[in-house]
Amino acid sequence: MARLSSRREGETVRFSLGGEWVLADSGALEPEAADMVAAARGAARAIVDLAQIARLDTAGAWIIGRALDELAAAGVAVSVEGARPEHALLLQETKFRRFEAPARARGLLIVDILADLGRSVVSAGQDAYDGVVFLGEFVAVTAFAFVAAGRFRLTSLVYHMESFGFRSVPIIALINLLVGAIVAQQGIFQLRRFGAGAYAVDLIGILVLRELGVLLTSIMIAGRSGSAITAELGSMKMREEVDALRVMGLSPMEALVTPRILALVLSLPLLTFVADMSALFGGLLVCWIYEGISPAAYLSLLQEAIGRNTFFVGLIKAPFMALIIGLVAAMEGMATRGSAESLGRHVTASVVKAIFMVIVVDGLFAIFFASIKY
Amino acid sequence: MSLASELPPTTKAPEPSAAREIIRVRDLVVGFGQTLVMRGLDLDVYRGEVLGFVGGSGQGKSVLMRTILGLVEKRSGLIELFGRDRDRLSTAERRLVERRWGVLFQNGALFSSLTVRQNIQMPMRESGQVSAKLMDELAMLKLALVGLPASAADKFPAELSGGMVKRAALARALALDPELVFLDEPTSGLDPIGAAEFDELIATLQHTLGLTVFMVTHDLDSLYSICDRVAALAEGKVIAAGTMEEMLACDHPWLQAYFHGVRGSRLAGAPGARQKDMRGRG
Ligand SMILES: Nc1ncnc2c1ncn2[C@@H]1O[C@H](COP(=O)(O)OP(=O)(O)OP(=O)(O)O)[C@@H](O)[C@H]1O
Ligand SMILES: [Mg+2]
Repeated sequence: MARLSSRREGETVRFSLGGEWVLADSGALEPEAADMVAAARGAARAIVDLAQIARLDTAGAWIIGRALDELAAAGVAVSVEGARPEHALLLQETKFRRFEAPARARGLLIVDILADLGRSVVSAGQDAYDGVVFLGEFVAVTAFAFVAAGRFRLTSLVYHMESFGFRSVPIIALINLLVGAIVAQQGIFQLRRFGAGAYAVDLIGILVLRELGVLLTSIMIAGRSGSAITAELGSMKMREEVDALRVMGLSPMEALVTPRILALVLSLPLLTFVADMSALFGGLLVCWIYEGISPAAYLSLLQEAIGRNTFFVGLIKAPFMALIIGLVAAMEGMATRGSAESLGRHVTASVVKAIFMVIVVDGLFAIFFASIKY
Repeated sequence: MSLASELPPTTKAPEPSAAREIIRVRDLVVGFGQTLVMRGLDLDVYRGEVLGFVGGSGQGKSVLMRTILGLVEKRSGLIELFGRDRDRLSTAERRLVERRWGVLFQNGALFSSLTVRQNIQMPMRESGQVSAKLMDELAMLKLALVGLPASAADKFPAELSGGMVKRAALARALALDPELVFLDEPTSGLDPIGAAEFDELIATLQHTLGLTVFMVTHDLDSLYSICDRVAALAEGKVIAAGTMEEMLACDHPWLQAYFHGVRGSRLAGAPGARQKDMRGRG
């Protein structure tokens, strides 16, 4: 603990400092130093005796230095005595100097909110523009690598197809099986009230093949592989690996982005097919259990309910969804700046934007197919 | 250098045989998979000394430092910190020990999402009860001590140059005025003037705060000017440890090559330039 005693002899105040002046006690030291300054008010001279100080660190020295400076500013002639050589040296090294306080700008809340709003509108516009630019670059680079240079990163493509596609099969199959079963169960219960339980098969077939299969798969892949792409590219960006590629004369777009996006574009239709089949199978199980429709009957009902177009409507959408997920993920990854926080923000943004875009595009497809009556 | 050399020789002259060890490592074995990096290593660091730790690239200097810090698991052996066996410490005790040291990692390891100022304040903030005003002032003081301009305070690590990262990381390592600091190649990436200032800072802190320094370095200047003792690592063991003169006299081939190679002999030959003993301690 720090000790401070003061003695006043006419115009002169003598302070004797003792004990430990260290950071751990800074809570007590700062008031002590303030007392010292207050006690010397009006005196002409102050003598500060440091002989009794047992331990002094930079924080303690700083606090003493600050008090000395405040005393001098109050017109008191200060002298220090009795300091051990190492303490004197430390006081000299940590000599008080004024630092301007860090700017803590705080504006009006309402202004901040409006400014934020404005900024996000502008950045949404910028995003759309950047997206188109990125798509253009992707197409140009990929086409050039394929056609003109005849380069094709087969190993990389296969590797990414395995990690994005093949390794997603179990989870995609499982969630679609469950969703197929749930849709079937709800369909049966609701339709039964009109004595039309068997029409649940139509419901499952159309809903799953046209919409649910591809939508669920895309959302799952956006969360699973989109985030992985953003995190990989982002941390490569952070650690200057992308710059290293660039200065070797390799295009990061060609080396990193193209194989990943192509892998997604090839994998997602395959995964959608898996999703469709397992959802239909889930429906089959539930129809069998709840409605007593045998598998053979289920399949023939299904055949009547759906056409080849129903199946293709869903499947056609898959590569587009993959392209959207891949582009968003790669863009966000490449936009990562130096900090870990920035990486986290971009991974989140990648998943959120990709899912949002997938749903918007699905809506657009629905309108399109409705108007061409496919 | 100037400040430190004005001091009388009474302060903190580490007398290896008498002084207590602040770190004691015995028979340490560390490995990754099949390969052993440390094979029965012994090392002592005495209170109040600056120990320079040398060794070829990839010999395991950083691994040893990380093992002492508890970041790498050891296979067997004894590590004593502040006189206590690290394996026997409870979690709370270990936390107390960790408060008493500061670490400068080879690549800085600054928190990338905090500014330099916040990085330096991080350990202070965690120790509680330091007023915001004092924290701001101390952060700026530490910046000034390590030779960074005030304008660096509000920069993020990604916006710093390599040498600035080193300095900022040193400022963070010194934030709590620790008793013991681990420095992994502190002067690599600094210009010669900066490296000399750095040596001077370490010498000053050693004298004023009684700092103990474990310093991995390849900088022969630092070895000559501020290290009380030098230890050399090769083949998973400390092959020699002692004062610079003892190391120079040692006839291990690697040490011969290290200190008497083209670069080494240039410094060894320079008559007493920046030699530790020139400070005139007894
Ligand atoms: N996490 C790890 N896994 C496997 N091997 C490792 C790991 N960390 C270090 N090594 C190996 O341990 C050895 C020692 O590495 P270390 O980083 O300690 O070298 P160093 O002496 O600090 O070298 P430098 O002077 O270049 O920094 C090296 O051969 C390295 O390959
Ligand atoms: Mg190293």
